[in-house]
Amino acid sequence: MGIHSITVTVNGAKERLDVPSNMTLLQMLRDKLGLTGTKNGCSAGECGACTVLVDGEPVNSCLMLAVEADGRQVTTVEGLAHDDHLSALQEAIIEHNAVQCGFCTPGMLISAHALLERAPRPTEPQIREALVGNLCRCTGYLRIIEAVQTAAKKGGA
Amino acid sequence: MAELTSNPVGKNTPRVDAYEKVTGTAIFTDDLQFGPGLYYGRLVRSPHAHALIKSIDISKALEVPGVKAVVTGQDFDTRIGLYLVDRPVFAKDRVRYVGDPVAGVVATSEDIAEEAAQLVEVEYEELPAVFDPVEAAQPDAPLLHPDLGEYKVANFIFPEPGTNISEHFRLRKGDVEVAWPRCAAIVEDTFRLPHIQHVPLEPHVAVALWEPSGQVTLWTSSQSPFAQRDLIAQSMGIPHGNLRVISPYVGGGFGGKAGVSMEVYAVAMARAVKGHPVKLRMTREEEFIGTTVRQALVAHTKIGCDAEGNLLAMETEYYFSGGAYNDYGVNIVRAAGYSCTGPYYIPNVKGDSYCVYTNLPIGSAMRGFGMPEIHWGIEQIMDQLAEKIGMDPAEFRRRNCVKTGDIILTGMKMPAIDLVACIDKVTKAVNWDERRGKARPRPSAPHKKRGKGIAIMWKAPAMPPNPGSSALVRFNEDATVNVEIGAQELGQGAFTVVAQIAAEALGVPYEWVRVSAPVDTKYSPYEWQTVASRITWSTGNAVKAAAEDARRQILALVAEHWDEDPANLDIKDGIVISYKSEREQPLKDMVIYGLPNENFEGWKGGPIVGHGKFMPTYVTNLDFETGQGPRAVVHYTVGAQAVDLEVDTETGQVEVLKIASAYDVGKAINPDLVLAQIEGGAVHGMSSAFEALKFDERGRPLNPNLVDYRIATAADAPRQIHGDIVETPLEDGPWGARGVGEHVMVQTAPAIANAIYNAIGVRFNDLPLSAEKIFMALQ
Repeated sequence: MGIHSITVTVNGAKERLDVPSNMTLLQMLRDKLGLTGTKNGCSAGECGACTVLVDGEPVNSCLMLAVEADGRQVTTVEGLAHDDHLSALQEAIIEHNAVQCGFCTPGMLISAHALLERAPRPTEPQIREALVGNLCRCTGYLRIIEAVQTAAKKGGA
Repeated sequence: MAELTSNPVGKNTPRVDAYEKVTGTAIFTDDLQFGPGLYYGRLVRSPHAHALIKSIDISKALEVPGVKAVVTGQDFDTRIGLYLVDRPVFAKDRVRYVGDPVAGVVATSEDIAEEAAQLVEVEYEELPAVFDPVEAAQPDAPLLHPDLGEYKVANFIFPEPGTNISEHFRLRKGDVEVAWPRCAAIVEDTFRLPHIQHVPLEPHVAVALWEPSGQVTLWTSSQSPFAQRDLIAQSMGIPHGNLRVISPYVGGGFGGKAGVSMEVYAVAMARAVKGHPVKLRMTREEEFIGTTVRQALVAHTKIGCDAEGNLLAMETEYYFSGGAYNDYGVNIVRAAGYSCTGPYYIPNVKGDSYCVYTNLPIGSAMRGFGMPEIHWGIEQIMDQLAEKIGMDPAEFRRRNCVKTGDIILTGMKMPAIDLVACIDKVTKAVNWDERRGKARPRPSAPHKKRGKGIAIMWKAPAMPPNPGSSALVRFNEDATVNVEIGAQELGQGAFTVVAQIAAEALGVPYEWVRVSAPVDTKYSPYEWQTVASRITWSTGNAVKAAAEDARRQILALVAEHWDEDPANLDIKDGIVISYKSEREQPLKDMVIYGLPNENFEGWKGGPIVGHGKFMPTYVTNLDFETGQGPRAVVHYTVGAQAVDLEVDTETGQVEVLKIASAYDVGKAINPDLVLAQIEGGAVHGMSSAFEALKFDERGRPLNPNLVDYRIATAADAPRQIHGDIVETPLEDGPWGARGVGEHVMVQTAPAIANAIYNAIGVRFNDLPLSAEKIFMALQ
């Protein structure tokens, strides 16, 4: 198995990493960089808990190889707040009590963030569609949908 | 500084765990870092549903570079279990389901452990297997546990050795044979529910370290750190004081992380590689088949009423498919037995509830604990009876539902509740009167049919008679407060609620309170388990007692200092005040350092630590033959749900438009968190109506993944979920509060079935409500 040297920008910081060919982006984030906010719920791209942004697009990081991230920009849940200021979306999730166990929350936030970047005033069906790949067993989704609407009203992600 | 909240009980204070959870900094078990000394475990699982183990050859696995140990059932002599100690640590002579662990491999990486696990050679001799609980209960069925009579068992569980029946609960009240001829309407039918799985987003994970000194530490995603300490200590022969269980945030439990499931394997493997932590995490496939599932049920139920709509008699047999090991499941079946009527007053009852071993995954606790299963049939029969005698189904329920002071089926007097108020609220919320005739709203398309349905529920915390809670309340120098509990935050909001309770009882702002986490059995006060919707009530009582203890110490000290009567003193917003002398004493100047005597001639007081406990002392055992006794349970929480939906007659698909729920929670400590439970539970309940774990004819799982076993997504959630809170105070709850975490999904499936009947005139006795099944019924 080969080891590859890659350069990847994670939450704005440039990193040089040596990664095995079969290492997933999720493993790289969690095991190489200690960014454990991104969760592993199924290792099969079915639950969305590992969603991160790669060049602005939401991706199941368990299905992408670390080497494929070479030269690209990755944003994880740890990169959503700036200078200890939560994003409008993070604030709205708290305000709506749209978090329970919190295991789906990082991936959910990333998918919603990508939606608001793409469609600053999404309709409810658009929000549901954007979050359909992020499973949540606790909240019943409606509060998350409302939180995205609130964030949109307050000026986006 | 942000605004401070005085007297937070009853207010929508923000969750104490929200910031961590939206920033990705909340730590879950798999996030803990153990460094390069960490080893990984994988389990070798049985491919057969029922077989004898003839031999296990681990030699090839041990030759793989990086493999540190392979353990098998031969290394362990004991069994493990909560109510019925029936599960070997690893299968020893016999495997009982596809997925039964027979060996554990420890290696320096998960990949190496997996590779070596494939090389463990096990020779089996297949045995006849049994999958249906009714068949398995027959005398000639293949026997799963020939040694059942030798297993240790709780004194309120009654296995029948020589059969596959691990528990038989009998309920006898009045005389059904006398009552049947007096009935004007009788409905008798059989209802079936498949196995379903909890599907927490976080799969089970455990890390165990067995130190050469004999000290053992287990980091685990668990609802039951203390029960795990107790059961694993007993099973593995570890003194309780040497076993420390640390449990960070739990990424969803729903009962699946109650008791012990896979955690004991991590400890067993760690024993073989002393000094190295061993991490064992379940794949999603293992989560489905190798942790626990909700038991399947076959229910034969007959209920009758008179012409005025008064329920007269009920006869029911519940056959639960307990799976291969019923160490926890037996108590679900007992709960289904002593609550077998559902939330109704019925004078004559004959109920038999059986837990039956089957060659399937382990049935165990899941949100609702037997109640969703039995309400599925009961709540459809109630609708049918109402129709037969020409009564509105909501009115039929108002007439017959349990009411305060009723002598219920076990002979216990029903504590104060208001189920009628719950029915009133949900019927109003869905415009119930529109369900028939001209008032009926038009469906959204010509090929769709609109319908409304109702279902009601009850559930008691199902547990041993004496599960205890304890709590400590400690101060920091600035008078901020640490609340220490052994109860777990699973998402339900336990930490937020105990912070509110402590702040209210002490007289400090909510924002001053911190809940000490993670739960650590070495430092946290004892808690039985975070199950049974008991934390707000039981732990809440313990926290309130601890805060009141601290408050008493503070007031006594200040009263002595001021030479006043403590009865004239109070604590408001962190300041001790005297209503008599109007003096003030900030807590921050005294809760650690005490107070100086006059002229500083010595000091009085010292660091304030309040302690509190709660344990129900009044629950009695029930008569073996009749299920009768003075106090079967601590209390019941009741509620109602109404559903408004559309059925697509061209596809058979159901779209749930609205779910309205109302529950009597006694007192909502945090109303918005109650509503959050109500909403999440409604979707969980809705999803459960369409879920089924499927097995082939040899007991092999067919859909253990999230593509073939679908749970509700954001696209499936109803357009609207309406929640109402009813507050009839519970005698021994903190400010009258009782739990609601599980109740919120108990009756959703039958409410949907009743609404489907209202829409298309077809009844479905068996879950899941698949589109295919509905479509075929319409042809």
